[in-house]
Amino acid sequence: MTAREEEEAPVRGMWRQGLEVFCENRLALVGVGLFVLLAAFSFLGPLFYQTDQVHTDLTRVFLAPGTDGHPLGTDGVGYDQLGRLMLGGQTSIVVGLAAGLLATVVGTVWGAIAGFAGSWVDAVMMRVVDAMMSIPALFLFMLMASIVTPTVPMLIVIIGAFAWLGPARLVRGEALTLRTREYVMAMRGMGGTGGRAVRRHIIPNAIGTVIVNATFQVADAILYVAYLSFLGLGVPPPAANWGGMLSDGLADTFSGHWWLLYPPGIAIILIVLAFNFIGDGLRDVFEVRLRRR
Amino acid sequence: MEAPIKQPLLRLRDLSTDIALRRGTVHALDQVNLEVNQGETLGIVGESGSGKTMTVLSIMGLLPAGGSVVGGEILFDGRDLRGMAAPELRRVRGVEMGMVFQDPLTSLNPTMRIGAQVAEPLRVHQGVSKAEARERAVEILRRVGMPRPDKIVDDYPHQLSGGMRQRVVIAMALIRSPRLLIADEPTTALDVTTQRQILELIDDLREEFRMAVILVTHDLGVIAGRADRVAVMYAGRVVETATTAELFRAPRHRYTEALMRALPESAHDGDGRLYSIPGLPPDLSRPLTGCRFAPRCRFATDECRTTDVALTGDGHAFACLHPVTEPVTIAAAAGHDRAVPAAAEPILTVRDLVKEYDAGGAGLRRSAGRVSAVAGVSFEVRPGETLGIVGESGCGKSTVGRLVAGLETPTAGRIVVDGTDIAGLDRRARHRMHRQVQLMFQDSYAAMNPRMRIDSILTEPLEIQQVGDAAARRARVSELLDQVGLPRRALERYPHEFSGGQLQRIGLARSLALRPRLIVADEPVSALDVSVQAQVLNLMRDLQGELGLSYVFISHDLSVVDYMADRIGVMYLGKMVEIGPAHQVVRAPRHPYTKALLDAVPSPDPGRTPSPDTTIQGELPSALNPPTGCRFRTRCPLAQDVCATEPPLSGAAHQVACHFPLRQEAGAAATA
Repeated sequence: MTAREEEEAPVRGMWRQGLEVFCENRLALVGVGLFVLLAAFSFLGPLFYQTDQVHTDLTRVFLAPGTDGHPLGTDGVGYDQLGRLMLGGQTSIVVGLAAGLLATVVGTVWGAIAGFAGSWVDAVMMRVVDAMMSIPALFLFMLMASIVTPTVPMLIVIIGAFAWLGPARLVRGEALTLRTREYVMAMRGMGGTGGRAVRRHIIPNAIGTVIVNATFQVADAILYVAYLSFLGLGVPPPAANWGGMLSDGLADTFSGHWWLLYPPGIAIILIVLAFNFIGDGLRDVFEVRLRRR
Repeated sequence: MEAPIKQPLLRLRDLSTDIALRRGTVHALDQVNLEVNQGETLGIVGESGSGKTMTVLSIMGLLPAGGSVVGGEILFDGRDLRGMAAPELRRVRGVEMGMVFQDPLTSLNPTMRIGAQVAEPLRVHQGVSKAEARERAVEILRRVGMPRPDKIVDDYPHQLSGGMRQRVVIAMALIRSPRLLIADEPTTALDVTTQRQILELIDDLREEFRMAVILVTHDLGVIAGRADRVAVMYAGRVVETATTAELFRAPRHRYTEALMRALPESAHDGDGRLYSIPGLPPDLSRPLTGCRFAPRCRFATDECRTTDVALTGDGHAFACLHPVTEPVTIAAAAGHDRAVPAAAEPILTVRDLVKEYDAGGAGLRRSAGRVSAVAGVSFEVRPGETLGIVGESGCGKSTVGRLVAGLETPTAGRIVVDGTDIAGLDRRARHRMHRQVQLMFQDSYAAMNPRMRIDSILTEPLEIQQVGDAAARRARVSELLDQVGLPRRALERYPHEFSGGQLQRIGLARSLALRPRLIVADEPVSALDVSVQAQVLNLMRDLQGELGLSYVFISHDLSVVDYMADRIGVMYLGKMVEIGPAHQVVRAPRHPYTKALLDAVPSPDPGRTPSPDTTIQGELPSALNPPTGCRFRTRCPLAQDVCATEPPLSGAAHQVACHFPLRQEAGAAATA
């Protein structure tokens, strides 16, 4: 026929198409921009704006913003607030990303195995997930944080150990439907094995869900760090993170030291929003692709 | 065929509808003119994307998001719906028009009882009491031929079969005694025997209520049997309107002619190829000039491509500059036997195949029983031969296909491929067996990983079977594309960038990749339009001749199977009831079920009226507890006591499993 004469649509790669859809979502672009800004502020900022974040200086406590080379003032032990915000951002972003990824990877593998194996394996694995979910997260955090000394790697593990339950359920559901798809059946008709089905068909098709979920996991993990620090279970000083700073600032709410409260609070809101926007954009990418035929 | 009444009930004048999409606007309808009179059935026929559904949705005000009527008039009883105030509009559309949708399952609310749903329009528009609404619901359900309507009003939709659900939808449309009934592909989701019941019902009700009916369908056969007048649509325009008899006797527009020639029924003797319309319908989001069919038309001239061709003519109107003058026949061709090497050993032998599934129960729950999907089916397929398997949904034909392709293991029975019983194979041999037998799917889009490019999709079988190295695989893939007539650049694309017909070609190419000797094709053209279907069927036959393939061709569509197959097996509820040479099974059926099935197929020949005595009544029995003996006996007009014992499949070439076959086997030495 036919196909030779068909309209000359440009051949576009999936990544290219995906990028276009992503860019159509303005908020997603805002999210990316926000994340880049905050990351640059935290990691590159200290190169240009050097402060002493190790030694306390009790002669210069609670200085108001703008005084004497402290654009955002100082806190109760004399640390420069702007510099501290940068330092805190490093911890928050690192812990958030690492814990989010850890949770996603563990959850994906667990869920995929349960979903494929089916029958009793699935039943046992998912009951484990249900059991853990039934324990309130905060309780678990407090328990673990009181047993071990919180360090950055420890925080990552603690948060990851709880947060993988969500992705596990999600991926298991995805795997259950994907394994009955006709293209998996077609592959079996060619003599393909279960391993190939997982590698070539199930994981690539579940990856969209997984990636989208991972962005939300990162946002959640950043919030968890904030919760833990707020409860006094965060990393000990002189290390800092935004949640911990917020918690310290809260103690001074009635002293009128607003510069200790708002900046870390706003930073947390912004980074969580950024990841949520990015997640929304990625969801568009993966859904639209399937719809367009 | 009613006497014309002075004013048409519904008249569309230059109706244009646009649909705004994310990118650009689709001009779904462009100056559509139609008329329907009181008591008349107007058939609207066209392929997918022709605008037939958009026309009725525009009338009903049910356009999808972004859709709007941008020009023209919708005159109902002389008044333009577009100028009407909202409450009045709602009353006209709600009370004076009724609509029946394609899928009876999705057009019913699964959480509402049948009675409440049927009576809902009364409660909304006329505010009748609950008790009265129920009474009226029972009455109307009785009118649409529902058994035990007083019981069914309290049922939920999932408790009914597809045909029964469609009756409920019709009842819902009729309860307000509308003056216009719009049926959008009302029988497409149903089996042929059910389709016949529903179409007859709509016909009867039209006479009884003196309604006007608009019957929208892609199936010329449905139109031929039921409509008084027909409008043929293509690319958002009406290209031809005429009375049904006139249209089928002497179509004038080249598109109508091409559609009729593409039907499997009109296959000519000799090479037996179907006429196929080249190319694809135009993209309606772009500005179009000239006749929209011109790029695909054999007779198109420069004039066709540049001038806008208007619908002209009185009574029989058409928009074509080079109309058909020679007669077009779709008379069923007399049997077209093809030479099949008869002596060769069968490539596939199936003996007493049984497949049962556990119903319901899972894990610790006790199973509710055994569903008997396939019950003792035997047949064989010789090299180069096509065996067609027909039957209605639930007869087990697809299960047979999956068993043969090795996707499921039989409960009992033997499947012998090329001399080896596949049940006794070890893992490695079973793995290699897949090279011999390949599967082709109904919906190739679903059967392809949406995230894989066509080259990965076509290479996959070679990788799995470890055939050749990378270079050899690339060469093989290019060769496959040539065989199915697709350009090389298709390799870099993803499945969603192709049309249905192209995807089916890619699906066929993938099945051919391993050079199998047998392809099991499960409804390979059921999702395609007539013109595209012809392309795929031609291709399948060409490749069969070229490569010496055998096909097991599974379909519910008898005319397609008749065209494709050398031999046909008819299945009913897990049993093979009749098997024999194609032309004998189709033209001289021996089993009452085959006869009923054949008579139910709507023929694109308005002169042929189905004999009323062969309509199958009732519902397909459950496969959970199938009838003993002959499984068809519960619905068979000829059934007697002896039918409670199972009839064996008997005969030489044309076998039948019936105690009272309709006729003796034709000729002692029938050629197979």
